[in-house]
Amino acid sequence: MSLMSLTAVELGKKIKAKEVTVKEAVQAAIAQIEASEDELNCYVTVDKEGALKRAEEVQKLIDDGTLTSPLAGVPVAIKDNMCTKDLLTTCSSKILGNFVPTYTAQAVINLEEAGAVILGKTNMDEFAMGSTTETSAYGETKNPWNTNHVPGGSSGGSCAAVAAEECSYALGSDTGGSIRQPSSFCGVTGIKPTYGTVSRYGLIAYGSSLDQIGPVAKDVTDCATILEAIAGYDSKDSTSVKREDYDFTSALVDDVKGLKIGVPKAYFGDGLDKEVKDAVLAAAKVLEEKGAIVEEFDLGLVDYAIPAYYVIAAAEASSNLSRFDGVKYGYRTKDYEGLHNMYKKSRSEGFGPEVKRRIMLGSFVLSSGYYDAYYLKALRTKALIKKEFDKAFEKYDVILGPAAPTTAPKLGDSLSDPIKMYLGDIYTISVNLAGLPGISVPCGVDSKGLPIGLQLIGDCFKEKNIIRAAYAYEQTRTYEGPGKNK
Amino acid sequence: MAKQYETVIGLEVHVELATKTKIFCGCSTEFGGAPNTHTCPVCTGMPGSLPVLNKQVVEYAIAVGLATNCTITQYCKFDRKNYFYPDNPQNYQISQLYLPICRNGGVEIDTPAGKKIIGIHEIHMEEDAGKLVHDEWEDCSLVDFNRSGVPLIEIVSEPDMRSAEEVIAYLDKLRLIIQYLGASDCKLNEGSMRADVNLSVREVGATEFGTRTEMKNLNSFKAIARAIEGERARQIELLEEGKQVVQETRRWDDNKEYSYAMRSKEDAQDYRYFPDPDLVPIVISDEWIERIRKAQPELRTEKLERYKKEFDIPDYDAEILTSSKVLADLFEATTELCHKPKKVSNWLMVETLRLVKENDMEVEDIDFSPENLAKLIELAESGAINSSVAKEVFEKIFKEDIDPDKYVEEKGLKSVNDEGALRATIEKVIADNPQSVEDYHNGKEKAIGFLVGQTMKAMQGKANPGMVNKILKELL
Amino acid sequence: MANIISDETMEYVGILAKLELSEEEKKQAESDMGRMLDYIDKLNELDTTGVEPMSHVFPVNNVFREDVVVNGDDRENILKNAPGVKEGAFKVPKTVE
Repeated sequence: MSLMSLTAVELGKKIKAKEVTVKEAVQAAIAQIEASEDELNCYVTVDKEGALKRAEEVQKLIDDGTLTSPLAGVPVAIKDNMCTKDLLTTCSSKILGNFVPTYTAQAVINLEEAGAVILGKTNMDEFAMGSTTETSAYGETKNPWNTNHVPGGSSGGSCAAVAAEECSYALGSDTGGSIRQPSSFCGVTGIKPTYGTVSRYGLIAYGSSLDQIGPVAKDVTDCATILEAIAGYDSKDSTSVKREDYDFTSALVDDVKGLKIGVPKAYFGDGLDKEVKDAVLAAAKVLEEKGAIVEEFDLGLVDYAIPAYYVIAAAEASSNLSRFDGVKYGYRTKDYEGLHNMYKKSRSEGFGPEVKRRIMLGSFVLSSGYYDAYYLKALRTKALIKKEFDKAFEKYDVILGPAAPTTAPKLGDSLSDPIKMYLGDIYTISVNLAGLPGISVPCGVDSKGLPIGLQLIGDCFKEKNIIRAAYAYEQTRTYEGPGKNK
Repeated sequence: MAKQYETVIGLEVHVELATKTKIFCGCSTEFGGAPNTHTCPVCTGMPGSLPVLNKQVVEYAIAVGLATNCTITQYCKFDRKNYFYPDNPQNYQISQLYLPICRNGGVEIDTPAGKKIIGIHEIHMEEDAGKLVHDEWEDCSLVDFNRSGVPLIEIVSEPDMRSAEEVIAYLDKLRLIIQYLGASDCKLNEGSMRADVNLSVREVGATEFGTRTEMKNLNSFKAIARAIEGERARQIELLEEGKQVVQETRRWDDNKEYSYAMRSKEDAQDYRYFPDPDLVPIVISDEWIERIRKAQPELRTEKLERYKKEFDIPDYDAEILTSSKVLADLFEATTELCHKPKKVSNWLMVETLRLVKENDMEVEDIDFSPENLAKLIELAESGAINSSVAKEVFEKIFKEDIDPDKYVEEKGLKSVNDEGALRATIEKVIADNPQSVEDYHNGKEKAIGFLVGQTMKAMQGKANPGMVNKILKELL
Repeated sequence: MANIISDETMEYVGILAKLELSEEEKKQAESDMGRMLDYIDKLNELDTTGVEPMSHVFPVNNVFREDVVVNGDDRENILKNAPGVKEGAFKVPKTVE
C-alpha cells in the first residue's frame, strides 16, 4: 500500500513511530504528483526541492522532540490564494503570474508550526471566482474520478489533489461553497469553519466578509485535526474571533444519540438530481438509525441567498481586486500611454473573463444611485437569512442536505451560462452569508461513477456538532478513492 | 449699479495625528526617512494583508470632537472610498462616510463684527496617501508609501465663513485646540495640517448658495488667503459675464496665483463607498468618552485665566504666550525651572518672537529646551553675564540649543566682577579721557555714558554695567 | 430581459473599474450583466422594511492595536515584486501633465 493512501493522521503516526521518514513521505507524494499531474493539473506550482529540504528540517525537529503534532512531517498542498513566503502565489491569475510573497498566510504559518511540509500550490478558479476550476489562467484541473469532468471549485486543485493522493491533505478556502462543493465532486471531506475561526491574514481576499480557510482531507478525523492546527485568534485579522473551544478532535465520537437533525424541504426540490437526493436521504436515514432525531422542516428564503451573495461578493471583490494595478506587484502591460491606460490595459490583460464580469457587476452595484437598491438590499436580505438559520438552530443541532444539486458536470458545460453555474451553489452559499460552519462528506457514488457529497451545517461556533455527526456517519462506510472506481 | 457679492466658504481640514504608528499597521509615522523605509505589507496594499485599527487614533479623534463641541457617534464604522491613483496602494482609501466619529460641533472665532460660531458638520478618521514625486529626468513619477496610512482626521465645517479673515481665524482656532490636545503639531508647511477650501459666491441678500468649487494644494495661511481672493474674483467674473460656475475641484498654484481645474475623463468622482468588511465597528461607551473628557489637557481659555491669576505677567503677555501651545509649554517649563515668570515671558515675547520673525519661521518650529533658557536667565540675573552678552548667548540657544553655562565658560563671556581689576581699568579710562571727565563735572550727565562705554570696550564687553557705573561715580 | 445595460453604462463602469473591453467583449458583458441584474432583482420580492443591513455576522467590535512601532525598515521586501523601481520608490507613468 502506498504511503499516499493513508490519511494524514495515519501517516503522521507512522512518521512519529519512525516507521516512515518525512523524506519518504514527501518522496511518495512527489512520485504520485509526477505520475498523475500531467493528466490532472492539480497544482500551479510544485516545490519539489523546497519540500525535500523542509522534510529534513522537520525530521530533525521530530527526532529531537520539538514537533509533536499529529501532522508533523505530513505533506500538504496549499490553495494558491494563500500567500507563501518565497513561493509563487498566483491566485491562478495572469495578473499575479510572477508574484512571490515576502510573507506567509497565518493559517499556513500555523500548519508549518505543526510541522507540515508544503508540496506546492494548488490550482483554483481565478481569484476563487468560479465553481469548476476552469477559470484558472493555468489550465483546468480534471476530476480524478473521471477526467472528462470538472473537480468543482474554486478549491478544485486542492480537492482533486487529495482525491488523487498527490498530497496527504490540503487547505482550501470557501467563499460560497468553494471547499464543500469540490469536496463533494471529488469524494473527499472538507470543512468550512465558522467565519472568524481561521485567520484570513495572507489569504488573498475575494469576498472579505465571506472568505474562510478550511481543511480538505480523506476523512473527518483528518479534517478535525487540521482545523485544530490552523484555527486560532489572530491579532492581525480584525474579524478573527476569540473562541472558547478549539479542540475540534474531541468531537470525533461515534455517537449521535439524541442529536437533532433538521432536513430543509427546500433543499430537496426542483433542480436536485434524483441520485444525489436519494444518496443524501439515505445518509439521513443512517444517522437516524444511529439514534439521531431527524425531521423535515421549512427553511425560508433559500432562493434569495444566491442573488444576495452575488451582490455582496461582487461588490467586495470589485474593491478587493482594485489593488492589482501594475504598480506594486504582478503583471504590468508592455505598451501603454499614460497612467490610466496602463491601469486599464494591465487589468484587462491580467484578469480573465469571469473575474472581469464580477468586478464590473460589483462596481455597478456600488455606483452612485444603485448602492441602496442593490448593496443595502443584499445586506438586509443577509440579515433575514441569518435570522432564518437562527430560528432553525433553536430547534436543531445540525442541518442536513446535499452539498451540490448534481455530481460533477462535464468540462466546458458550466462556463457558457453564468447564472446556471451560480445556481449550483444554492446549498452552500447561505452558509457563508450567515457565517456558519459546514462540512461535506462523501455519501455515495452516482450511476456515472461520480461521488456525491452530504452537507452538514452547524450553528455558529458549533463545528463540534457537525464533526460528530459526520464522524458517526463516516463510521458506517469505507473511504472510496477514485482509484477503486477506475 | 454694480452687483454686490457675498463669498460663502466651507473648509475641509485634514490633520495628521501625532500617533507613533500608522492607523492600520505598526509602521512608524516619523517624518522624512528614505522612500518606502516606513512601510509593510499593510500600508503598501500587498495581497492578503489586513488592517487593524490603532486605538490612539480613536482617542485623539474623540478628544478633538469633544474640544470642538461635537456629538460623538457611539457606534461608528470605517468605509472604503474607491478610486485609482498610484499614491493610494489599495486603490481604496479607508475613511468614514456613513457614520463619522464626530458630528454637529462648532468653534467660536473673533471677527471685527464680534464673536461668531463656525459650525463643524463632521469629523472623520481616515488614512493618508503616499507621496508622489515627479521625476525630472525620466518621464515618470515615483511613489513613496512612507506617509501611506498615517492617521488623519478630516474636519468638515459648515459653509459658515464669509471672508479670508474668518477662514484664517477659524484655522487658527482649530490649530490651537488640536495643538493643546497634543493630537497634532499642525504644521502647514510640513503638511500635518492641510485645508481644502469650498467656495461659492452669491448676490448679497440671496438665500440660495451658488455653485461651489473645491480648491486644493494650499500650504500656508497666506496661500489660503490669496486663493480665496483669486477664486472669489474668478467666480464673480464668470457670473458677470453671464457664465456658469462649474462644480469642480481646482488646484491652486500659489506662484501663478491662479487655480486650475483638476478634471479628467478618467475621474468619475463616484467613490462607491461601502463599509470596510475587514474592520469591525467601533462602539464608544459613555465611560470612554468621560475618561477622555477628564484626561483632556487644559485648553486655551482655561490656561489664559490661570496665567493671569498665577503669574505676575501682563495680560497681553498671557494672551500671546497661550496663543501657541509651543510657547505656552516653553513658558511653563522654563518658569518651573527658574521661578521667574516675568523674565521668562520677556525672553519669549521679545527675543524669541523677534528671531522667529527674522528667520521666517513659525512658532511651531521653535525647538530649544527650557533648561537652557532657564540657565541663561540665571546667568543674566545673577549678574554673571551682562545683558548684551545674554542676548548674544540667547541667539545661540535659539539656533543650536547650546548649554549657556558651558558656552559662557568656553568663550570667557563672564562679567568681570573683580572690583580691583575693574577699578584699575576705570582709572585708566578716566586718565585717558580728561575731556569727558570735565564735561561730567560741568553737569553733562551724558558724559558718564561715554565713559561706561569706553570701560566696556576695554573689558571686551564683559564688565558688570552696574558695578562700572558705581565705581565710575565714586572715582569721579 | 428587464435590465438593459447601455454602451454608456458599460463605458462608465469601465472607468470605475479600470477595465477596457473589446467591442465583442463589451456586448457579451452587457448581456451578462443585464441577466445577472434581472436575477438579482428577485430580491425586490422581499420586504426588507425596517431590517438593518448586516455587514458583519457577529457583533464583534472594538478590535484595536496599541500605538507601538513594531515594523522596521522592510523596503527591500516591499519593492521585491514591483514592475518598476527607481531610487527606492515604485516607478509609475507620470501622474501630472
